Amino acid sequence: MSPEFSDRTKKRIDKIVARYPRKEAAILPVLHLTQQEFGHISDEEEKLVAELLGIKPIEVREVVTFYTMLNQRPVGKYHIQICSNLSCSLLGAESLIDYLKEKLGIELGETTEDKKFTLSTVECLGACEQAPCMMINFDYYGHLDKKKIDEILDNLK
Amino acid sequence: MEEKLLTQHFGIENLFKIDVYLKHSGYQAVKKALKEMKPSEIMDEVKAANLRGRGGAGFPAGVKWGFVPQDIDKPKYLCVNADEGEPGTFKDRYIMSHNPHLLLEGIIIASFAVGIHKGFVYIRGEYETIALRFEQAISEANKEGFLGKNILGTGFDLNVFVHRGAGSYICGEETALLESIEGKRGNPRLKPPFPASVGLFGCPTVINNVETLSNVPQIILNGAKWFCQKGLPKDGGTRIFGVSGMVKNPGIYELPMGTNLKDIIFKHAGGMKDGKKLKAVIPGGMSAPILTADEIDIKMDFDSLMDAKSMLGSAAIIVIDEDTSILDVLKVITKFYSHESCGQCTPCRVGNSWINKIVKRIAGGKGKKEDIDNIIRLASNMLGKTLCPLGDAAAMPILSITQKFRKEIESYIGN
Repeated sequence: MSPEFSDRTKKRIDKIVARYPRKEAAILPVLHLTQQEFGHISDEEEKLVAELLGIKPIEVREVVTFYTMLNQRPVGKYHIQICSNLSCSLLGAESLIDYLKEKLGIELGETTEDKKFTLSTVECLGACEQAPCMMINFDYYGHLDKKKIDEILDNLK
Repeated sequence: MEEKLLTQHFGIENLFKIDVYLKHSGYQAVKKALKEMKPSEIMDEVKAANLRGRGGAGFPAGVKWGFVPQDIDKPKYLCVNADEGEPGTFKDRYIMSHNPHLLLEGIIIASFAVGIHKGFVYIRGEYETIALRFEQAISEANKEGFLGKNILGTGFDLNVFVHRGAGSYICGEETALLESIEGKRGNPRLKPPFPASVGLFGCPTVINNVETLSNVPQIILNGAKWFCQKGLPKDGGTRIFGVSGMVKNPGIYELPMGTNLKDIIFKHAGGMKDGKKLKAVIPGGMSAPILTADEIDIKMDFDSLMDAKSMLGSAAIIVIDEDTSILDVLKVITKFYSHESCGQCTPCRVGNSWINKIVKRIAGGKGKKEDIDNIIRLASNMLGKTLCPLGDAAAMPILSITQKFRKEIESYIGN
């Protein structure tokens, strides 16, 4: 079955589109909502967005493939993105990345079998004073060490 | 104690709510600007204040506003650059989460001065909670009559919207940011034409950084002369320095423009973590050329750092200690730029990934004698040879590190 936006999301999209002089300018906010509603943006969702904004599916694909936060494949319930940029790596991010891989039993870009966690690295999150830091879905966690990672993950149901 | 212009009220609980903000003389600057000043007077005051762009380039904000043609029947736009992607930088996150209405005041005053009726605040995608808070602030300001139609009965209209990015460093470059708001890939545009004449949707556009605009209310309330006195005559006001890396107390420190780098690290940020020795400092976000430990007795302002062949940039100070291998630093830097290059220009697309491969090979113990010269050659071929400043932003740290730490890199190559 082709995906459909909920009525609530449709209303939000109408409001967003009205902000811009050109309909297609609303694509990033619409893709954020798409990802929120369907979890990721596959061919089907691309078509849906294209139709809604009056553009070709390939034009949606061009945008989706440019921005790292837009997922073309499903991710786990919790998407862990750990910063591997300079301030975090100075303070030991690399060993924490290894620790997370080992703890979850997956490589970077992979999802655990129970679909609970996806692990990625991310470029600077803009929270360098809390280095090393990571983002799980949209929540930031800073001043990480192995013990703190254990506590954080244990608290995610 | 240095006077703080932007962060002075950060400690007040719930400052991000408009009722609290109004209790602390909030929106006085908007009232003064819209009711007592002409747009041209505001522009002159901001020009005289020598408010230089806090995003990185240091271009005077008032001059930028002045480039927008007034006798044109197209709409004009304001885009606020809240993309904050330069590694090491986190100051705008603090401003927007603690004091969103201060930024909104700056937006309203700038728009009034230039004759703009619509603004987009481009917030990096990862800052979702901040974007939500800022949207809340916009809706409060609309309710209180500081945004929307006929603001404070002056006949001036302004609508402001948040536009969230979705994970792309290059979208902090002003023309890539415009492309991104227009709904495209963030590929930078060829300049000229400059955004002031042909910007968002082909219309005249002002693009200012969050911290830059947040300084405007103080300039309106206290005047250009006062603002210059808080910093340097040609570089007015304070700067929010973000210190991270191997220091005792990483964080933001709002200090007068021109504060000595050594003092920022050793007095304000508490000195080196675990009593280690300082090895090097990146003074203005990762793109800024590196300074060695004996080069840090320097004033942190745009001109002093340019004289030292570095860059104040976003004033993000990354501190590196003696235990850190410079090759590890180079590995992280080159990985970042090869990942973030948009791919339009060959020197940047190919150069960055090639350099990253060489650096990784050296780190893997398979370095060749000619590698360092090849890195320098490739990086020099990016400098000034790309559409946008990403090529330079990558070449500058790479060149400065390979030149200043050549001996150490050679030691990883061996014979």
